[in-house]
Amino acid sequence: MNTLLKMAWRDLGRNRRRSFFSALALGVGMALLLFIASFIEGEMRGSMESTIKLSSGHLQIRVKTYTEDKTSLAFEDLIENPERIAAQVAALPPVRAATPRLYASGIISKGSDIVGVRVVGVDPTSPANAPFRDGIVNGGYLNPDDRDGILIGQELAKKMRLASGDSINLLINTSNGDVDEQMFTIRGIFYTNAPGIDEFYALMPISKAQAITRAPNRASTIFVLLQDRFQTPAVVNTLQTSQYKVWTFDELNPLYVQTEQLYTGYIFLIYLIVLAITAAVIVNTLIMAVFERTREIGILAAIGMKGWRIMTMFFVESSLLAVGGILIGLALGCVTVWVTSQTGIFIGNMGVSGLLIGERIFPFLTLEDTITLTGMAFVITLLAGLYPALLAAQMEPVTAMRGGKN
Amino acid sequence: MEVANVENVTKIYKVGKVETQALRGVSLTIQNGEFTALVGPSGSGKTTLLQLIGCLDQPTSGKVWINGKDVSQLNRNQRADIRRGTIGFVFQFFALIPTLTAYENIELPLLLNGVSAAERRKRVEQLLKAVDMAERAHHRPDQLSGGQQQRVAVARALATDPSLILADEPTANLDTPNGRQVMEIMQRLNEETGVTFVFATHDPRVIQFARRVIALQDGLIAQNGVVEKAHAGA
Repeated sequence: MNTLLKMAWRDLGRNRRRSFFSALALGVGMALLLFIASFIEGEMRGSMESTIKLSSGHLQIRVKTYTEDKTSLAFEDLIENPERIAAQVAALPPVRAATPRLYASGIISKGSDIVGVRVVGVDPTSPANAPFRDGIVNGGYLNPDDRDGILIGQELAKKMRLASGDSINLLINTSNGDVDEQMFTIRGIFYTNAPGIDEFYALMPISKAQAITRAPNRASTIFVLLQDRFQTPAVVNTLQTSQYKVWTFDELNPLYVQTEQLYTGYIFLIYLIVLAITAAVIVNTLIMAVFERTREIGILAAIGMKGWRIMTMFFVESSLLAVGGILIGLALGCVTVWVTSQTGIFIGNMGVSGLLIGERIFPFLTLEDTITLTGMAFVITLLAGLYPALLAAQMEPVTAMRGGKN
Repeated sequence: MEVANVENVTKIYKVGKVETQALRGVSLTIQNGEFTALVGPSGSGKTTLLQLIGCLDQPTSGKVWINGKDVSQLNRNQRADIRRGTIGFVFQFFALIPTLTAYENIELPLLLNGVSAAERRKRVEQLLKAVDMAERAHHRPDQLSGGQQQRVAVARALATDPSLILADEPTANLDTPNGRQVMEIMQRLNEETGVTFVFATHDPRVIQFARRVIALQDGLIAQNGVVEKAHAGA
């Protein structure tokens, strides 16, 4: 085996430029795939993080009849005494924060500008709402007893040309099916890197939201953050009651789950396409090597080297090319991912509803993706070496020594 | 004792629809320890006969025995086994593996035969000395002259201690002094080790070394006889 390895290595060294470019083709292909994988992973992780942090939490507790898309404010669809329930949930060890939220549909207007918003009544003191507080880019945050203050996102502020201190008129649905309206002052403008939130959310203290929607001491949901996402099933089992339904992340975000599945399928297809292209380069290199060395193959066969050994020699060559290409790919890919993960890649507002995608994607390379890609690249390169290796192994020594001519 | 026995062998090559009969019914016996020349003009069938005796090819009809074993109908792998253990080759073009050094080229058949590292080293060093190439052991073929390469090829052919060495025009690409040196080495090894040499040639200077000459013409044996003046070329 040592001699085969030595021969294969030296054979690759005979045409260094060609061998290098073949390995480079595999390397570039692999680096590209590592980057694509890390980009999608970064996008999905960012989306999940934003969704958990800003929109759905790890869990939500709702009345069984509550439907999110209707943003119902009917008493039978709302949780009564939400503060008490939130406090009970927050006392569970795996729970990091639990806070009530009241959702309502509203319309903000200023002058001739009118925009539909989702009004969210929040407890400004809860750590679960820290992302909004930390994301304030203009003005300040809410006080729990603020009666006419409101927070809006940066996208909405831009759209309506609003700044902190400006007054707006809010028209909002109430629990009895009417609408109410009131002038509010914009206390602050937040930026969450999630255009879906920054463009549609308007936050006010939950007590004010309860008052204006005529839903006193009620909330649409208890928003729950866990210490660890993987504790979800255990907490769900603890919280499940006959009156309330505990919604998990997957149930709250079906589009996220579908998108993740779709990406998993797509990325595998992309892997195969890119690796097939690089495999074609490897096949070409090895076929050229076989034809260039036809006479040598004949000599090896003449001195008694069996077909399987000749085949092994070419397999060793394709393995060496694979290892070289993979190392180049890992180096190029990791550097690219590291650089882009530092700055992020600006993609703007993707305008996908039901999925919170940040306007800046931070690529994230997982060990699993790296191992999968390395394994696939190696196996596909070996498969690419199969045909040239068979070609070499099946040569008759007499024909081969004549340079392949009959 | 017979090393090789060829019985009424024919060989027809087909290229497209054209058939060329290279051998038309050749029978001969090679005894152990012979130093035999196959002579004849180009196209007379010398190389074809060597290839059949060397198990590199199969006859169209007839039989070939090597050390008493019928090798006419063996498959590719079985023929490779016979070659590896029994037959050494020296080719016209200095058929060394260009990526391996002289030492490694000689070592290769031993590796294929599963010889231990210590034995390989001993054997290769012995052979390098025998062909006067010890000082060039770690040079690759492109760093050796034609004559040196052919001496390494002779050493490689002898590596596994075969009973038969077949040499196809071994001096055709060498100048006279180098050709003579290679023939002298082959002759010496034949005398010292008793290994059988059969070489194809049409060079009269090489033929002089043979103790037996078999002349081929148009795929048939035209003449088969022992040279009266032994060691004529010495």
